Amino acid sequence: MKTTDLIDQDSLRDDIPEFFPGDELKVHVRVVEGGKERVQVFQGNVLKRQGSGLHETYTVRKLSYGVGVERTFPIHAPTVQKIEVMKRGDVRRAKLYYLRDRIGKAAKVREKREF
Amino acid sequence: MYQWIARKGSINSKEAAMAQTVILGEKVGMTQKWVDDKVIPVTVLRVEPMRIVQIKTTERDGYTALQVTYGHRDAKKLNKPAAGHYDKAGVQPGKRLVELRLDSVDGFEVGQEITVEALTAGSLVDVTATSRGKGFAGVMKRHNFKGMSASHGVHKTHRTPGSVGACSFPGRVFKGKRMAGHMGNEQVTTLNLEVVDADVERNLLLIKGSVPGPNGGVVSVRNAVKAAVKGA
Repeated sequence: MKTTDLIDQDSLRDDIPEFFPGDELKVHVRVVEGGKERVQVFQGNVLKRQGSGLHETYTVRKLSYGVGVERTFPIHAPTVQKIEVMKRGDVRRAKLYYLRDRIGKAAKVREKREF
Repeated sequence: MYQWIARKGSINSKEAAMAQTVILGEKVGMTQKWVDDKVIPVTVLRVEPMRIVQIKTTERDGYTALQVTYGHRDAKKLNKPAAGHYDKAGVQPGKRLVELRLDSVDGFEVGQEITVEALTAGSLVDVTATSRGKGFAGVMKRHNFKGMSASHGVHKTHRTPGSVGACSFPGRVFKGKRMAGHMGNEQVTTLNLEVVDADVERNLLLIKGSVPGPNGGVVSVRNAVKAAVKGA
């Protein structure tokens, strides 16, 4: 354990659900506009998780009117109100960059089936 | 002789800005912290309580400073002069003796402890440390020269400085001409850094941004002496 980890402890969140690349997430982001605060939902597939500890981030990709949109959030960002896991994806890679080259049905991630 | 006059002149002509509070720390490393929904880079310093060993005064020494020590050192491993010095002050021996120049030493006494409490969150500080040694460095690394083109007929001189002067007049290279040489391992001061947090319980100081030197290096933190100029 590094000494700086002790500092990080203050900023860590413990209400983050377990999720992996390929999962479908609803990320509720707090947005401040002109002093007013509202919640924006960003729904899509997790493309990757990167880094560790306080510095860990994840990238969510969705198709918006036929255009691919990717947003990267720090896992422990206080600006994210909550993360909902909608579906578990069945994938064989940690980084799903191949989804960027696909459109339509091919861009779908197979759902994980629990037996 | 020349140097001596220059040095003396600078002291007499203009009173140098000096700090009111100084503390010593050890660089632990860098991390991030979330403050007001924004992530900021912070450097973590471990600030062990300092013990004043000697106070230098204008009357006796010609300048004002605190001689301090921190941490612990086995008293048996000290040589006689050092042991005597600590004994005289009645202070437990520490890792090293460091002198910290101050504007005024009023209110300080030998044996007194100075902790990280001396600095508060939100205040501006100057951080001084020895930078990482880079060894013998060329002009591109040392002085940010551009070097030469990668192609267009340039042959074997891609990272060279080029011309260093004129011809028979002046017939010499000017003093101070920037050239290759030893880089780093020198005292560097970063001005006006913000204190993010002063953790008294864990003896940690969090400073926004980066600080000179490697992790484990000794840094001195003083209140910002030019902050007023910046704010005006």
